[in-house]
Amino acid sequence: MSSHGVALRIEGVTKIYETREGDPLPALDPTDFEVAPGEFVAVVGPSGCGKSTLLSLVAALFPVSAGRILIDGEEVKRPHPKVGVVFQTDLLLYWRTVLDNLLLPAEIKGWERRKYAARAEALLEQVGLAGFGQKYPSELSGGMRQRVALARALIQEPGLLLMDEPFGALDALTREQMIMDLQAMWLEIRNTVIFITHDIAEAVFLADRVLVMSPRPGRIDLDLRIDLPRPRRWHIHAEPAFLEHTHRIRAEFERRGVLRER
Amino acid sequence: MTPRNRRNLKRAVLERLAAPVLAAVVLLAWQGAVSFLGISEFILPSPWAILKRIYSDFALLFAHTRVTMLEVVGGFGLAALAGVPFALAIFYSRLVEKAIYPLLVGLQTIPKVALAPLLVLYLGYGWAPKIFLAFLISFFPIVISTVVGLQSLDKSLVYLVRSMGASERQTFWKIRLPAALPSVFGGFKVGIALAVIGAVIGEYVAAERGLGYLQLQATSQFDTTLNFAAVVVISFVGVTLYFVLAAFEARFVFQRDHSR
Repeated sequence: MSSHGVALRIEGVTKIYETREGDPLPALDPTDFEVAPGEFVAVVGPSGCGKSTLLSLVAALFPVSAGRILIDGEEVKRPHPKVGVVFQTDLLLYWRTVLDNLLLPAEIKGWERRKYAARAEALLEQVGLAGFGQKYPSELSGGMRQRVALARALIQEPGLLLMDEPFGALDALTREQMIMDLQAMWLEIRNTVIFITHDIAEAVFLADRVLVMSPRPGRIDLDLRIDLPRPRRWHIHAEPAFLEHTHRIRAEFERRGVLRER
Repeated sequence: MTPRNRRNLKRAVLERLAAPVLAAVVLLAWQGAVSFLGISEFILPSPWAILKRIYSDFALLFAHTRVTMLEVVGGFGLAALAGVPFALAIFYSRLVEKAIYPLLVGLQTIPKVALAPLLVLYLGYGWAPKIFLAFLISFFPIVISTVVGLQSLDKSLVYLVRSMGASERQTFWKIRLPAALPSVFGGFKVGIALAVIGAVIGEYVAAERGLGYLQLQATSQFDTTLNFAAVVVISFVGVTLYFVLAAFEARFVFQRDHSR
């Protein structure tokens, strides 16, 4: 499986929603950053800080209020064919089998189904669900369903994978396994990833870079490079270099009043 | 087999048999009461007498059933053909929704059967007023269930397929329609039952054929057994059409809690 990571550039992007009464509701303050091809960037922030908004803007689900989003130097106006998204919930279609769910992007893009069926099977094996193609989502556990959702995003060979708190709804053990599996898979693919989370340790474990966002309206307060060697083993969580990073991020949240000692 | 399994099996059998047994008891009590109390057939015919009558007058009942059945299917078919596109217009156009939805809900408060005499005045004695009444009475539930089905879609699913570059047309066929189908069929099932009522009421008001007309004739001739026989056949028509729809639903609609 090969896919080239794309370069992402965010230039002064803001998002202002309108409330029901018609008042402006700023969700994202002017934001600038760049992501190099093949970089894994995690974005952490308190809930409601606009990190999911940022992701939906990159996915072109909503128009930006100001600024530009560039993928490989090209301004994003509509959903980019090289972008795949994994949402907070698995969003599997309950009336389709696992295999047909995987092939949904291919159908929508008008790709030949036969060519992608083999690839879908291979992806299922890769996410540890070999032989589950003919099952229905209701027969799978939460973790398995989110694996299918990940495979569905990967079938598009996304040069940029957007993940919006993908493991937030999973129990702790399943989540730990998913984090490790995601790292292993990404080390093979090496595409560009934007990973939204509110879990500091998850961000530091997975990412090459962690962007820390302020409370709403969001802004990037800290851009922290995580230079821990890969593949990272789980026990790295106890190492001083790892803890240094998590403490640094935690300190930023304390400074912003998101976290408070009592 | 463990005692626990045996208990569960016994319980399952009991639950399965509960309804048929109760129905049989009621029918037997009816039959017994009529014979032992010597109730005249003119007041209350026994179930057995009704059954015999259905058998002996099968050709007559069948001819009228065909008429009623066609009225029901015609009215319901028109309601489904018009109702679903109508619901789509309400769903997709805010203006149509604002203009028509309140009106539709307001019109719902009119008891449609009260229009039957007027329909005879405008449409005559033939097929038209019966089909139109069946149409009117089943149209609203179909429209409303379809709109509700379309509106209750999880918005995230729309974002999902948009992120894959889906057009609205693709979103409709891949997401909106399949997700709304259980609700649409819910409306169909309510609609078909109401369409039977509409057709029979239409026949009561003015008709020369149909099971409702047959009932009026039986009443005027004090033929209570034939009257009951017609009631049984009308119920049979409703149940049959309902199960035809249910079969279509089982074939084409995937229920949310389905698992193999």
